[in-house]
Amino acid sequence: MESFDEALNIRPHGRSVIEIQDITKRYVMGEEIVHALRGVSLRIHRNEYIAVMGPSGSGKSTLMNMLGCLDTPTSGHYQFNGKNVAEMDDNELAEIRNREIGFVFQTFNLLPRSTSLRNVELPLIYAGINPETREEMAARALQKVGLADRMNHKPNELSGGQRQRVAIARALVNNPSFILADEPTGNLDSKTGGEIMGLMETLYQQGHTIILVTHEADIARHARRTVHLRDGLIESDDYLPLMETEFVISSP
Amino acid sequence: MLFREIILMAWSSLGANKLRSALTMLGITIGVFSVISVMTAIGALQNSIESGISFLGSNIFQFAKYPVNVDAGGEAKKKFQNRRNITYRQALRYYELMQGNAQEICLKTFGRDLKSQAVYNGVKTTPSLTVVGTNGSFLTANAYTLGYGRNLNDEDVELARSVLVVGKMIEKRLFPHETPIGKVIRMSGHTFTIVGVLAEKGTSFGQSQDDICIMPITRFFEDYGEANRTVNIATQPFSTELYNRTLDKGISAMRIARGLRANQENDFEIYTNDSLKSAFTSVAGVVRIGAFVISFIALVAAGIGIMNIMLVSVTERTKEIGVRKSVGARSYDILQQFLTEAVFISEAGGILGIILGVIGGDLLALWLKVDLIFPYGWAVAGLVVCSAIGIGFGFYPAYRAAVLDPIEALRYE
Repeated sequence: MESFDEALNIRPHGRSVIEIQDITKRYVMGEEIVHALRGVSLRIHRNEYIAVMGPSGSGKSTLMNMLGCLDTPTSGHYQFNGKNVAEMDDNELAEIRNREIGFVFQTFNLLPRSTSLRNVELPLIYAGINPETREEMAARALQKVGLADRMNHKPNELSGGQRQRVAIARALVNNPSFILADEPTGNLDSKTGGEIMGLMETLYQQGHTIILVTHEADIARHARRTVHLRDGLIESDDYLPLMETEFVISSP
Repeated sequence: MLFREIILMAWSSLGANKLRSALTMLGITIGVFSVISVMTAIGALQNSIESGISFLGSNIFQFAKYPVNVDAGGEAKKKFQNRRNITYRQALRYYELMQGNAQEICLKTFGRDLKSQAVYNGVKTTPSLTVVGTNGSFLTANAYTLGYGRNLNDEDVELARSVLVVGKMIEKRLFPHETPIGKVIRMSGHTFTIVGVLAEKGTSFGQSQDDICIMPITRFFEDYGEANRTVNIATQPFSTELYNRTLDKGISAMRIARGLRANQENDFEIYTNDSLKSAFTSVAGVVRIGAFVISFIALVAAGIGIMNIMLVSVTERTKEIGVRKSVGARSYDILQQFLTEAVFISEAGGILGIILGVIGGDLLALWLKVDLIFPYGWAVAGLVVCSAIGIGFGFYPAYRAAVLDPIEALRYE
């Protein structure tokens, strides 16, 4: 079965980007201890398109924070490109976020007073890249999301869909190991949401790794693999049936 | 992160709250202004005293009834109000005793009570000329030089001649097209023949030194009376080496002239260039300390203002901090950013304060007619202090921003 999957290029192969093993996370809220994650193991490979689903309180957000290196687990292993993230300090985590992860948020989270170009440049500023290269890279990322003509607009001069495109360009600009999208269509109407998901599909086709966090099944359906969380544990981890991914096989 | 980026970021976020930033800045500006303006003005005065203008001619010491700051009032005034005038007789006695011990001995008395306006051919000078009754040594003793004509001589004094040596301003005003030598002018109800004109000396402490006219001291007493007038005596030793010996002799001679017994204190004041400078320096020192205290209080208040505004700013921009952290800003980057903003406000306020302070101080110096200065030392000190204020009061807010949890910050609405 394994070799068959690999031959059909359904199950991803090669180096895994993320390897988490038996991760737990406990919070102390007042006098109560909350077990947000109770032992989650997950392996994500390069050029996967994975959706993390689950109702609120399932540990979905906690897992996302963990994957996004915004937080460290209470116990368990987290290997990111072979590096042990669980034991990193804040500055090392910041560096991982800067180089390896592109965030896309529900509320876009653009800096309101900066132009699209400046917003996209932001990760590069913290990466210490010089201004000329930076501008060039940011412009290319904006071109990629179809906003070449909106580079000098500020967020309030853009539509919701355009803002999310800027945010995606910002996530892409550092050529990260994966894009972590948290309810990327949550604040958009369904037509615009569809366009954004189309863009995600394109990025996936171009070889990017995408982790989609959502509670909407419609949105999760765009992914090739769906992980369901419930009560801090993985309930199911399914790959899409072969027929629906036919076009993947034919793509280079 | 590049320094340029930090500056640009600080600039753009301060620009977003222009009024708020400007008001915060203003506190610093006021504090720096007060210290810089005072230091500029005092510096300009001191500069002009130390280089150039001397109160007295070189090496000269002078005896007078009152000390410099008798106007200060209180104790000092009480102590001196019953002091005897130095009479012309006493002055002459001193003159005799010091003959052969000094190069120049200048006796002088000022007609400050006189309505001194010189008139020639219907043209009048200002009504506030300085009228001095003196002898030929006045020029040396007061660092004047003769322009042309002749100085007063001993014969003028002996015979109480009605002759005048006038300052440049009087010449310019009354004799723009002719020589004043030999001309007769009227002043305070008497007529005088001009025999000499002084070279221009310029101004000191806002007072022109060129609207002076000097006449033989004997003529002065004839015309304006001797009662209630005190004579100042300036003495110039033969050489610098003999200064201290001559001063000692002078004090003894003065005590004899005043008829003091051995157990009596000196009832006269001794003026030297050094004593005058130190009198000024002590007054300047008090003013400086005052300016310092005021500035310090103002700057602390302004610093608290900066801290307050930065705390507000950190709270308002929690989301922004979250976004920056999510794209890879380290705590240090955030700290640096907010600290830079605080220093920016404080430095901008400081620079404005320095500019306004120098302008203000130099306007005062201009009014006092002394050379303008730029107090580099104080300006640099001001900038350093402003940086310290920015860092000192900006650190806590910046630290609060730096340690924000990125997850919490991103969730903040």
